[in-house]
Amino acid sequence: MIELTKDRFSAKAEDPADAATDPARVPDGIAVRPDRFSQAGDPERLEPVFELRDISVSYDGKPAVKDVSLDIHRNEITALIGPSGCGKSTLIRCLNRMNDLVPSAEVTGRLLYHGEDLYGPKVDPVQVRKLIGMVFQKPNPFPKSIYDNIAFGPRILRMEGDLDEIVERALRGAALWDEVKDRLDANAFGMSGGQQQRLCIARCIAVEPDVILMDEPCSALDPISTGKIEDLMMELKRRYSIVIVTHNMQQAARVSDRTAFLMVELDAAEGDRWGRIVEYDETERIFTNPSDPRTEDYVSGKVG
Amino acid sequence: MSARFEPRTARAQVAIAGARGVTAGVLSDQPRRDVVRNSVFASLLFLAVVVGLAGLALLVGDNLVKGWPRLNADLLTNGTSSLPANAGLRSAIVGTLWIMAFVILFIVPVGVGSAVFLEEYASRESRLARAVEVNIQNLAAVPSIIYGLLGLAFIARGPLSLGFTVLTASITLALLVLPVVVLVAREAIRAVPSSIREGSLALGATRWQTTRRQILPAAVPGIATGVILAISRAIGETAPLIPLGAATFVTYDPSGPMSGFTAMPLVIFNWVKQPQEEFQVLAAAGIVVLLAVLIAMNSFAIWLRNRYEQRW
Repeated sequence: MIELTKDRFSAKAEDPADAATDPARVPDGIAVRPDRFSQAGDPERLEPVFELRDISVSYDGKPAVKDVSLDIHRNEITALIGPSGCGKSTLIRCLNRMNDLVPSAEVTGRLLYHGEDLYGPKVDPVQVRKLIGMVFQKPNPFPKSIYDNIAFGPRILRMEGDLDEIVERALRGAALWDEVKDRLDANAFGMSGGQQQRLCIARCIAVEPDVILMDEPCSALDPISTGKIEDLMMELKRRYSIVIVTHNMQQAARVSDRTAFLMVELDAAEGDRWGRIVEYDETERIFTNPSDPRTEDYVSGKVG
Repeated sequence: MSARFEPRTARAQVAIAGARGVTAGVLSDQPRRDVVRNSVFASLLFLAVVVGLAGLALLVGDNLVKGWPRLNADLLTNGTSSLPANAGLRSAIVGTLWIMAFVILFIVPVGVGSAVFLEEYASRESRLARAVEVNIQNLAAVPSIIYGLLGLAFIARGPLSLGFTVLTASITLALLVLPVVVLVAREAIRAVPSSIREGSLALGATRWQTTRRQILPAAVPGIATGVILAISRAIGETAPLIPLGAATFVTYDPSGPMSGFTAMPLVIFNWVKQPQEEFQVLAAAGIVVLLAVLIAMNSFAIWLRNRYEQRW
């Protein structure tokens, strides 16, 4: 039984009252605490950050994701789950225009960010990425000191304020300050994988973005480090909107407010395969009462 | 480990002994043919190494023995002279230093710039990038005397008309070694993982900021190694300098970019041509000095690479 509380490492005995309202609908091994989602209906929190309308992405003309339409809300954690090859990473990379770096990638459809067309003719992808930060699957610290890793963003963006303060604030924000405050000049490559990933998160929040995109941020980490990053995400969503791609359904269930489930569709004749959204809803519903049987099969581990 | 299983009945003992024998045979029975082949192949590889090293050792040893009488400080401090007793490498060393200084001045910005353009800016599929790439590889294979003729026609005379000067020699040698610098710098830039690029761009850095502040610093050890290897090639080159006034007998120390020039390989070349036995000794001593410089530079390049190369 995996409990969806923040202190998931406490060895508290299982309390049936904590389980989801209708145990018969709960897939094996997953329980949801409804109180986690009590704020989800708050209209203030429903303000959309991203509005995706019929977004399709193709590489060299071959589709990778087709017809994705969904709204991503402010100060929420939105999870994208689904099997390998369903286009989760492709989709999240549309949100800060990282796909622009792949010459063969083509994005169609409408993607609004706070009501502005993110792919409009006057939009500079560099400006987009200042506002929409990204944390990658594999921790990718720069081959520099811990301090310089954090200071890189504020320096190139010529942010105002005392650099030392910015660095400290970012490291505190990523729950890393106490671990590294005495070795800020040490090379970041000497840190553990989990610390490196939190450094990458610190680097991201140092430039004070609006949104943080996380592309499988814990897939290279052990469970303890994963727990720390998940705690951090819960902390960060007060200030930022977070979109996370994850392979790990329990992770989506633990941290996210809303979950989009994507599946692979095959065109047997052409041999093409692409991802399509099956269901997008509050995480609680996706994991306890999904409307599509394919979602239920996936989250309960019957397929995938 | 548990004790060896001992069967009780005679039949079982025979059967198990047989099975053990087969297993032992399979494990130990490397065919004789394979053993012979293995050792023959290993010896051939070793021989290949020995041939290369022996050639170098012979060259150094022979010249060391022949040039020993003249291998002293005077060799480095004496200027050019028609009298073998007074002749030394000073002008040649000064000339080589001047030429190499300008070679570095040319190849670092042009070579690194080309490499950055090809790796970071040009799209892999663009015709321009492909054409440039093929041509760089072709240029690396052009005989060095051709660069000398090019230098004579376009730099010493023709459009640039710089005359037989240090600058002419530098530009010519720079063109000669530029392909090496570009190729090595591209390798170094390519060795920086794309995750660093993505991490930087995802923070809102521009392509130039990413190149300047992440990619190039990470690639510097590799680029420096390439530049040193290119310089050590340029130091030893004689052929391209011959059409550029190598025949001129320079009796003064080159003093700047527009000064007439001489260089170490040229002086050695001139000494070898002289009929007097003493000049042969001098040439051998000069070769030892040149080889020592080259080996020192190459060793420094290897040390630099091992010491500072980033392991990802």
